[in-house]
Order: sequence, then structure tokens, then C-alpha cells
Amino acid sequence: MQIIENAKVYDAIVVGSGAGGGMATKVLADAGLSVAVVEAGPFFDPADPKHQTQLKWPWESPRRGAPTVRPFGDFDAAYGGWEIEGEPYTHKDGTKFDWYRSHMLGGRTNHWGRISLRFGPKDFKHKNVDGYGENWPIGYEDVKPYYDKVDKLIGVFGTNEGLPNDPDGFFLPPPKPRLHELFYIRGARKSKIPVYPSRMSMLTKRINKERGVCFYCGQCSRACQVYADFSAGTCLIFPAQKSGGQVDLFVNCVVREVTTDNEGRATGVSYINKEDRKEYKLKGRVVVLGASACSSARILLNSKSSQHPNGLGNSSDHVGKYLHDSTGGDRVGFIPDLMNRKVSYNEDGVGGMHVYSPWWGDNSKLNFPRGYHIEIWGGMGMPNYGFGFNVNEFNKFFGTKVGGYGDVLRSDVKKYYGALVGLSGRGESIARKENYCEIDPSTVDQWGIPVLRFHYKWSDLERNQAKHMQETFAEIIQNMGGTPLGDMPGRDQDYGLQNPGRIIHEVGTTRMGDDPKTSVTNKFQQLHDVDNVFVVDAGPFVSQADKNCTWTILALSWRASDYIVDQLKKQNL
Amino acid sequence: MDRRKSIKSLVLGSVAGGLALHGCKPGDEQMEQVVEQAEVFYGRTPEERELDAELQKEQFFNIHEMATLAILCDCILPGSEEYKSAMDAEVPNFIEFMVKDIPEMQVNLRGGLMWLDHQCNARFGAEFISLEQEKQHEILDEIAYYDPDIPEEERPAAVNFFSLLRNLTLTGFYTSKIGIEELGYKGNMPNVWDGVPEDVLKQHGVAYEEEWLAKCIDQSKRNIVAKWDDEGNLIT
Ligand SMILES: Cc1cc2nc3c(=O)[nH]c(=O)nc-3n(C[C@H](O)[C@H](O)[C@H](O)COP(=O)(O)OP(=O)(O)OC[C@H]3O[C@@H](n4cnc5c(N)ncnc54)[C@H](O)[C@@H]3O)c2cc1C
Ligand code: SF4
Repeated sequence: MQIIENAKVYDAIVVGSGAGGGMATKVLADAGLSVAVVEAGPFFDPADPKHQTQLKWPWESPRRGAPTVRPFGDFDAAYGGWEIEGEPYTHKDGTKFDWYRSHMLGGRTNHWGRISLRFGPKDFKHKNVDGYGENWPIGYEDVKPYYDKVDKLIGVFGTNEGLPNDPDGFFLPPPKPRLHELFYIRGARKSKIPVYPSRMSMLTKRINKERGVCFYCGQCSRACQVYADFSAGTCLIFPAQKSGGQVDLFVNCVVREVTTDNEGRATGVSYINKEDRKEYKLKGRVVVLGASACSSARILLNSKSSQHPNGLGNSSDHVGKYLHDSTGGDRVGFIPDLMNRKVSYNEDGVGGMHVYSPWWGDNSKLNFPRGYHIEIWGGMGMPNYGFGFNVNEFNKFFGTKVGGYGDVLRSDVKKYYGALVGLSGRGESIARKENYCEIDPSTVDQWGIPVLRFHYKWSDLERNQAKHMQETFAEIIQNMGGTPLGDMPGRDQDYGLQNPGRIIHEVGTTRMGDDPKTSVTNKFQQLHDVDNVFVVDAGPFVSQADKNCTWTILALSWRASDYIVDQLKKQNL
Repeated sequence: MDRRKSIKSLVLGSVAGGLALHGCKPGDEQMEQVVEQAEVFYGRTPEERELDAELQKEQFFNIHEMATLAILCDCILPGSEEYKSAMDAEVPNFIEFMVKDIPEMQVNLRGGLMWLDHQCNARFGAEFISLEQEKQHEILDEIAYYDPDIPEEERPAAVNFFSLLRNLTLTGFYTSKIGIEELGYKGNMPNVWDGVPEDVLKQHGVAYEEEWLAKCIDQSKRNIVAKWDDEGNLIT
């Protein structure tokens, strides 16, 4: 079979259309460059009625939204999940890493949680504080201008609180707290844990004519048909096309590797078109990888040549290393004072929490470094598969019978509707060289591309943090007059610490640094080894912070893209 | 809000469901229609659409089992002047779909139905569906309650069977149109969230703080394009 070559030479080829790739596409196209976006998944637009799941009723799904087909339920927007048929990944030494992929235009930003947090000054230099991990080669002051621009371009609600490590920004006003969130505020404060309006990228207020304003359906995970929440397709790629940018979309095209010339510089990419299962080549002056941290590492490792025998950009042997995810721990509480609620009003709100607690602790007094923030959920949500399961199990708290049949179940449903509150901790783990992804030499996927093999272990630092989460959550739930459900997970269950990968914040696989021996990219996310290849997903992250990673991916991708434009202008690339 | 589509799907659901209940399988033509319309309804990929159609085509429970399920579901959520029944919400059809979607439930449910008939035959000399309601309830009373402090694996099989059936019935009912109406859920509609109503705050003994409210969105200005000063203070 011959590889089919496209004659056009693009200024830039962007691989992947999620947060990182979407932002690069927008910035590069707006600068007048010709851009090819190569995306493994299909076209997706939540405004297209054929793609919509928003505002559907549970009965429109024969499984009433059960998660049998899509891992977060039938109405979730993701085309993908923890497992994708024909695209396996494997594990080394019995370790665990759960990898969540979404193949579609916009990637995982179509259905992400929209929690949009800046890293703070301390987060870029945390080694200076506690000696763990590594410092970033850049600081908050380098990224701040880009965070500011991302805030204004995309829109994020929140409040300026003047906190030392949770920086202010350009926020839209937040929505008012819901009932269970008022309970949380009271409960958390009792334990001296501060609570603030959350910071999320839904438009509570108009930011331009192209995007709508949030109408509070609480369904951002289904992707918003009026584009009132941030998705890379609707807010970056479509606008880049509409403003006259030269953007060619190649959807359903899986990049296999970055192609190189005799000098080892990149010439473009080779990809497989899923529809005809044939291999194609695209030429570009610059290749920008935004396939997600692990996928981009995989592409680099699979791009072997005589100039780059260890994979592209991998002379340091650091590609794939320092993979790390956020820590995660969760607890649910039953709150009797939230029983017997009036259903007189619609409290869907935005698709996520209206309040949150950033890390408040003093690690010098704790047995773990780094912190976590608390996310809150609850309320009178739309029933879905699972609603009404064990309908009156809480009768046990009142000494009445559990189970039964007949109309009593109807009153039990209503009695307990909205009486649960969930707390989730999302924290920072330490990046370690021993946690990595690499190519599994004995497995290929259905496109013939060698797959990733993961090796990942938590340490006691993360376990201690998870224990702290559980103790804190139990206390807050009790402060709310409630009872934490189930037993507190003990040491044998890693204190409820979720498997690595579960929080879906994969970062660190192509970390940035000034030293080419211990890092893969420089501080502009350019490969040390190859000057015309950049990584704009979370691969270049040196550490994760106790913040979700996407707002930083966006800011850094913009920064790297500005650098690409500048270097192309100066003819340095 | 255009609700025609959802109404159409409701009608469609009942057509397909009705056929299933009578043990018939819709012909290919009808199936094509189901598939075509499903596309309009809830954002399936071609593969997902195919899977749904496959599952709809199969029939797991036989006619007797479906009839028994119908009565059991209506024992769990009976109809009355005040309330619609599980059958009104076509819960048995939903359960028929779910056991194909989550096959792990098949043995427990089918075995449970057999167990039930065996008990009824042994005690009253007739299958469950032919018994008077009083006797049906007599049997159910023995399996309908459980001790939540005993782990599920240690509870009697018949109790677990009925728990599963109760779960599926409640979920099937309260995710149906009439169930959601009964529950009174007010969302899944365009809305302008402006806080918890005063009477609800009072009922639950909480209140908003002025300081917090001052930070929140003034909904009368939501359509005015946001502008900030250089410090990030919103000025519109
Ligand atoms: C349920 C959920 C909730 C989340 N909540 C939050 C949150 O609240 N806050 C937060 O900050 N983050 C959150 N995240 C994480 C967030 O979604 C990711 O950090 C972000 O999307 C990463 O952007 P990315 O561009 O690196 O990758 P992605 O968004 O995953 O995009 C990568 C794209 O590349 C494509 N691709 C992959 N391999 C190839 C290939 N070989 N060739 C061509 N294309 C390829 C993929 O198909 C995909 O479209 C959440 C994620 C999930 C799943
Ligand atoms: S909550 Fe708001 S932003 Fe999210 S999907 Fe609904 S309308 Fe869109």
C-alpha cells in the first residue's frame, strides 16, 4: 500500500482538537497561518440537533441514561471512555492507571466539569516550599497575561478574593448558591474551612454576540447548544473558522507519527483515515501536538527514525515519565435537614457546583505535602437510571422498616429527594519518574499503532492526603447535621484514594525544563531535540497543583502559539 | 421550548413497547423507523444506534414472565385515583430492555420469577398471576423487607430479587414522563436561576448573606456584554 501524500504544505499541523489543540488552532489561524487540524474523532457540534443530548428527558433513552454505553451515562457528550473498542492500553507490574479518552472534535472539553482554576505563584515553584518534585522553568508572572486573556476570550465566573495562591482574574459574576450549598457553607465554616463562589467556565453573562448566555439547565456534561459553556470546538475552532482563518479539519484521522527529514526536523505527520483505513501524509512547517498528554507522548515515542532512534524528542529518555493525575477522594452524606423538600422551583443551576473550597491547610503541620480543593454536589436533580434505588434505606436512621412495596414508596421517594450531599477532594500528587507511560512492544491497536503501557503507583504522601480528605469530609457532613454514608475507607483501601487516572487530569509526560537532559520541552513547549515540534496539551506540566489542569493548558497553549507565530515571523522555524 | 420531539418519542416508545409485551417483534421496516427517529432524539453515534436497535429487537422475557412482571410492578407502584401505576409508565418494557442492556441482572430476575411461581404453586396450588391480591401480598410480605446492616451478598436470594425489582420499578417509573410529573421535578427547562425561594430558605433554617449575594450575578444585566477595568473589576 502506498502512503497518500497531500501536496499542500501547511504552516502548522495541529494534532488533536481539545483544550490544547483548540487553543493553538485559534491563535495560529487568527495570526493568518494556514492550519491543518488532525482529529482522531468525528465532527461534533452541540448545536446540531443530531448531536444533541442536552434537554432530553430520561425516557428518551431506552436505558434512561444508564452508563452501560457511555461511562458517564447515555446523555453525556463523550464519544469515548475508560475503554475504547479496538484501542487498548496495557499495564506494567500489575499497577493501575485508568485512561479516559474522548475522540471527537473538541475532545474531552465537550463534557468536562468546567472547573476553571488558575495555578498560583506557589504552584510553579513548589519545590522551593517543600523540596518535593521540581520547579517549573516559568513562574506565575509568565502565565498571568495569558490567564487574563483566556478569562476574557472564553469567559469564567468567579470572584476576586485576593487569595495568595488562588489568583484573581477577569470573572463573570457567579450564580447564587443552591440550598445544599448553603448547608455546605455552614458546615465547612464550622471546621474553619473557607468557602468561596466556584470558578467555572459557563457564561452567566454575555461576553460576545456569538455565544449565548447560560440558561441553567445543569447539563454542561451534555455540551451546550447555545455555546454558553466552554468547549474547544464551539469556542475556539468554530470561531477560528468563522473569522476567516485558513483551517482545514481532518476528522476521523488518527495520527500515527511525526515524520522527519534527514536532518531530523519534522516535515509533517502521517495519519490513518478511519473511514478507508489507509495511511496518509500531511506536510507542515510546524507540528503542534495536542492529543492529550499521554496520546502526544505515544505519538512521539512511535516517531522513531535513524535521527531519533529513541522516539522523537526523547534523547533525554523522559517522554512518558513523570505522568501524574490529581488525587481524588469522595464521600456522600445524608442530611436530614434537607428532607421533605419543596419541589416548587427549578434548582438545576449551572452544570456543576456554585461554591467550593480551595486548599486552606498548612502543610508544615501535616504529614503530606500539597493540598486539595473541595467540590460539592447535591440537589434536586433530574431523575436518571439509578434514581429510586434503595429508596428508603435511610429509614434505618429513624428505626423504621426498610423495603416494602406500595404507595409508601412514593412518599419515601419524595421524603429523601435532594437530601444527599457529596464532597469530592481533588488534590496534588507528587510527579515521579517511576510513574510513566511507554510503548508496549507487543500490542497494537486496530489502526496498527503500538499502544501505551502504564506503570503508576501512589505513595504514602498521596494516601495520607486521602486520609485527610476522608476525615475532613466526615467532619463537614456531621457539621451539616448529617451522617456520612458507608464506612470510612481505611488503610487497606488506600483511604478511598481513587485509582491513578480516575480524576482525568493526565499531565507531565513531556515536562518542560531548562535542562535538555531532564526535560522534553523548553519553557515554550518546544522539543529540545526538534525545534519545529511543540506540545500544547498538559504533557509539559512539571507539576499539577491542587487545581484542575485545563485553564492552565489553555493559557500555556496560547503562550506557546504566540511563540510559534513570533518564531515563524522571524524565520527561526 | 419545542417539546414535540419528546412527545413523539413517547408515543414511539409505547408502540415498540406494546409489541414487545405481546411477544411480537417489530418487522424490519418498523425497526428502521425506530432507528431513524432515535437519531433525531438523543444524539447517538451510528454504532450506538445499531446497538440500541439490536437490543430492541431481541426479546428476553416470555409472555408469562412479562405478565408476572406487570403484576409485580403494579404491586410496587399501584395505580389509584391519585396515582398512575407502574404499568401506566410501561415499567415492564423498561425492565425488558434493561436486562438485555445489563445481562448480569438476567439470572436474578428470571430465577426470582421462577422461585415466586414455585412458592405460589407449593403453597396455594397456582402461579403468582392467578392468585388473589391478598395471597400475592402474603408472599411479597416475606421478601419485601431487608436489614440494610446485613451485606447484600448475605441476604436471601428472594429478598435480593425483590429488591432488584423494586429498584428497577422505581427507577423506571420516576424516569418516565408521568413519574417525573408526580415527583414534581421542575428543571430540564430554560431558566434564570436567581437563588432559593424565601419560603424554602425558612423551611430549612438557612439564609443568604448580603455579602455573598453582592458578588452574584445581577440577572437583569446578564445580556449586557461583560467589560472589566484593568484590575478585573466588572464594569457592565
Ligand atoms: C468527565 C470529565 C470532567 C473533567 N472536569 C474537568 C474540570 O472540571 N476542570 C478541568 O480543568 N479539567 C477537567 N477535565 C479534564 C479536561 O477535560 C482535560 O484536561 C482537557 O480536555 C485536556 O485537553 P487536551 O487538549 O490535552 O486533551 P483532550 O481534550 O482529550 O483532546 C485531545 C484530542 O486529541 C485527539 N487525539 C488523541 N490522539 C490522537 C491521534 N493520535 N491523532 C489525532 N487526534 C488524536 C482526541 O481524539 C481528542 O479530541 C475533565 C475531564 C473529564 C473527562
Ligand atoms: S448549565 Fe448553562 S452552560 Fe451548562 S449546558 Fe446548561 S445552559 Fe449551557
